[in-house]
Amino acid sequence: MFETGWNILNYLTQGLGTTLSIFLTATAFSFLMAFIAGLSRLSGNILIRGVTAVYVEVFRGTSLIVQLFWLYYAVPMLFNINLGSNWWVGVIAIALNYGAYMSEVVRTSVLSVDKGQTEASIALNLTRYQRMKEVILPQAFRLMLPEFGNYSIQILKGTALVSLIGLTDILYFGDIYRSTNLSEGPLAYLMVLIMYFIIALPLIWLSKKGEKIARRGVAS
Amino acid sequence: MMEPIVQYKNVHKSFGDTHVLKGINLDINPGEKIAIIGPSGSGKTTIIRLLMTLEEPTDGDIYVAGKNLWKIEKNGKKMPANERHLASVRKDIGMVFQHFNLFPHKTILDNCAMPLIKVKKMKKSEAREMSKQMLDRVGLGDKYDAYPSNLSGGQKQRVAMARALVMRPKIMLFDEVTSALDPELVGEVLEVIRDLAENASMAMVLVTHEMDFALEIADRVLFLDEGIIAESGTADEVINKSDNPRLQNFLKRFRA
Ligand SMILES: Nc1ncnc2c1ncn2[C@@H]1O[C@H](COP(=O)(O)OP(=O)(O)O)[C@@H](O)[C@H]1O
Ligand SMILES: [Mg+2]
Repeated sequence: MFETGWNILNYLTQGLGTTLSIFLTATAFSFLMAFIAGLSRLSGNILIRGVTAVYVEVFRGTSLIVQLFWLYYAVPMLFNINLGSNWWVGVIAIALNYGAYMSEVVRTSVLSVDKGQTEASIALNLTRYQRMKEVILPQAFRLMLPEFGNYSIQILKGTALVSLIGLTDILYFGDIYRSTNLSEGPLAYLMVLIMYFIIALPLIWLSKKGEKIARRGVAS
Repeated sequence: MMEPIVQYKNVHKSFGDTHVLKGINLDINPGEKIAIIGPSGSGKTTIIRLLMTLEEPTDGDIYVAGKNLWKIEKNGKKMPANERHLASVRKDIGMVFQHFNLFPHKTILDNCAMPLIKVKKMKKSEAREMSKQMLDRVGLGDKYDAYPSNLSGGQKQRVAMARALVMRPKIMLFDEVTSALDPELVGEVLEVIRDLAENASMAMVLVTHEMDFALEIADRVLFLDEGIIAESGTADEVINKSDNPRLQNFLKRFRA
């Protein structure tokens, strides 16, 4: 049994590249979306605020799997837009979905920086942009770290959905293995779990570290 | 006759239904040291926050070096000031806050040097050199690389003063800068202000409850009461010669 387990693990590594590449790219774009949307919701421009609010609420209010199917099946047919390969469809769906959630982290973190910080930067005559970049964001960023860590673990788990649009990730190879070795099904899925957990370990470690930094962070 | 550097003309400020400032008229001359005293809630903080552009008046005008702070003229019409106009007026004004408001993620040297580099576009080395001199002047020459969280309240407030001073304002505003400090740390902060009052050419406006200190350094004392300047004059005139009962009542609490 031990050997079988090892063999399955080896088999699953065929999907490791897809899982990791989707995870890393989607995480990077989620962070980007989070900052764009989070800061847009704090904009003085009501139009920008409104459009962003609609985006955030729509993507938070519907499930990732439905969004994935939308982008994969519906959008190309309805709007004749080609989003590129399945891989890109997966990345875009995950980034839009988690970007929406994480934009709330960005927004609330920025708002929770002490108002005295903004007032001191106004008194020193920093521009709006400089206030954000030099004073507010560096402090808000520390507050964001633990949540960002948690969301990166969720994104990793979310990537498993891309097997549903035909991408050959870890779960996909788990499914294949089980369908050809039916009696080893439970063991196959146990190995899938273990594999995801191993990838998540550094992320768990990072978010713990983020929590420490956040606690140590602010207050003058 | 000197041209005043700041003029308040019939300035009003309300927060919702609360009418806080009810027609402030005040000229501040270049280099003048003014102390504002008055009961809590009388609008002292609000007066200086308006000048620092942290609040906008609901009525009236404030002029700084002849320029209308909150209004610009466009095609002969008065319009609300834009950020660029505010910045051009604000460069002459500095402020020290009750709760320091240092940047906790920067060393105290960078707290001082960053605005010089970003706002005054100074070279890094030059900004750091100037900041060091200013920190030396407020007695923190051994703390350049410390973070604010490792300083005492008195040290933090001295950094905050250095940070404001190094920008070379023509008017410095102090909002109860010692009231958040432990009593034994008040002296070191007042010492810095005294040094400035005696040696610096900028105008200073001090909101303070340190009555004796205010009277010692101020050219003029204003007694603010329920949103109006109820008394104004030299320390001697206001403190010893006024028979305003509300002022007498207010002062009594400091003469226990
Ligand atoms: N941002 C604000 N919103 C609402 N009310 C305010 C605000 N700032 C000040 N006030 C009110 O204005 C009055 C004067 O405040 P302040 O200028 O801070 O007085 P002081 O500094 O003399 O104690 C107080 O009643 C205070 O509650
Ligand atoms: Mg006050």
